[in-house]
Amino acid sequence: MESPIITFNNTCISYTKGVMAVKNVSADIARNTITAIMGPSGCGKSTLLRAVNLMHNLYDNIHVSGQILFNGQDILKMEPIEVRKQIGMVFQRPTPFATMSIYDNVLAGYQLNGIKLSKAEKDETVERCLRSVALWEEVKDVLTKKGTFLSGGQQQRLCIARALALKPEVLLMDEPTSALDPIATQRIEELLVELQKEVTILMVTHNMGQAKRISSNSLFMYLGELVEQGSTVQLFDNPKDERTKAYLTGKMG
Amino acid sequence: MRDKLFHIILLVVSMFVPLVCGGIIYSLVTDAYMAFEHFGLVNFLTSTDWSYTPGNEQYGALPFITGTLLTTLLALLFCIPFSMPVSLFVGEYFKGTKLAATLSTVVDLLAGIPSIIYGIWGFFTLRPIIMALNISPQGSSILTASLVLAIMIVPYASSLSAEFIKMVPNDLKESAYSLGATHAEVVRKVVFPVAGSGIFSSYILAIGRALGETMTVTMLIGNTNHMPHSIVSTGNSMASVIANQFGEADGLRLSALIAIGLVLFVITALVNGVGKLLIKRARID
Repeated sequence: MESPIITFNNTCISYTKGVMAVKNVSADIARNTITAIMGPSGCGKSTLLRAVNLMHNLYDNIHVSGQILFNGQDILKMEPIEVRKQIGMVFQRPTPFATMSIYDNVLAGYQLNGIKLSKAEKDETVERCLRSVALWEEVKDVLTKKGTFLSGGQQQRLCIARALALKPEVLLMDEPTSALDPIATQRIEELLVELQKEVTILMVTHNMGQAKRISSNSLFMYLGELVEQGSTVQLFDNPKDERTKAYLTGKMG
Repeated sequence: MRDKLFHIILLVVSMFVPLVCGGIIYSLVTDAYMAFEHFGLVNFLTSTDWSYTPGNEQYGALPFITGTLLTTLLALLFCIPFSMPVSLFVGEYFKGTKLAATLSTVVDLLAGIPSIIYGIWGFFTLRPIIMALNISPQGSSILTASLVLAIMIVPYASSLSAEFIKMVPNDLKESAYSLGATHAEVVRKVVFPVAGSGIFSSYILAIGRALGETMTVTMLIGNTNHMPHSIVSTGNSMASVIANQFGEADGLRLSALIAIGLVLFVITALVNGVGKLLIKRARID
């Protein structure tokens, strides 16, 4: 098997001293796949996800220990800004920058990092990214309009395009469709299936159907522990742990 | 039946405030009319003479309009370097900490200090410093008044700005961080643009406060009726000339003072109106 792109090695996360929100998680995330992290509310799945791009560094009270390896290097010892350029993130609620046009939103990563691009490079990046999220045809004539004019689903695709613009190796997604209607959700799911060819996707989801439809591997967390991990098919068809079974059959959660 | 009665009472009582407001405008206009009629509106607004020699009374409002606009503008300029850091401190960098709560309480306390106290402090503490620095011989000047005015409007500008800065959604800031932005870049490119119209509105509020401030300005501006030739010269603002002279004025002079009051009222209303319009536009985009 190809070496995993991300490896959690005894990762522990606590918000208050002594209280673990994530306990000793060890798992491998395979390259160019969609991996779903499932579990009931408060199980620590978002907390685990946010550790990968060092979001926790923004808050003094959160403490992460253990190792998170990214291509063999420990993320926890790296510069947050460097990590975040290589590991993008998409949030639950679409978050286009309200004061920027659609065009500038796609390029926001470059602008925020102070990287100067030529007009041709900018145009190329905007078109490539918007095409890869299947938004180009819909917005190519309104690129100078504000991103907030778009529908929720379009805004979320714009945010994915914005994350892709920096050519990250990994894309973290925190329930990316939970604020969207079923049609917009379906479009995003189709998009993610396409995108896994170029970027590894690690996705937190509440939606078991979604995990089953698009992910190849799944992690199931419960009360901060990683209860079970494996291929999604195996996890759904033949869960080994009673808690996984109870959650997947709707008896718990 | 009781519903209807309640509606009527509500209507009558709420009409009372606009009625009083209308009454104030009406009496301002009627009392100011004599001055406007005597000098002509344009002449009154652009003349710089202010002399009450009997037989040759000349009243022009320009020195006082200039005094008000100059003190307000300077106060705003002096206020920004202090209010902006305070609002960022409270609303972003130390948001939610005890330190921020303490700082915002102390700054808000400034808003509760009666203006006469600022006047006294300015008169006995700041004025001697201005004199010692040889900036102005008597220490009273447009600059002196502006400096104290700036301190007075800091809480108005900073506490409302901080509220708007606080309201910038966290996931929006995290989105910028997730793209590799530093804290300073997040502040510059996400927090300021998103909170911009709100921050603007808080400065409008501060300007509104500075335009009409009377007591402090009267105590520090020097109360001379000529056109100020620089920011360190003495002068008078619209509010301070009225406060200074209304007691001894009658006839045409009183009417001229009331006319200045009307002009001040119109300027304040315009500033607030334009400000609100701009905020509205900024919000839609």
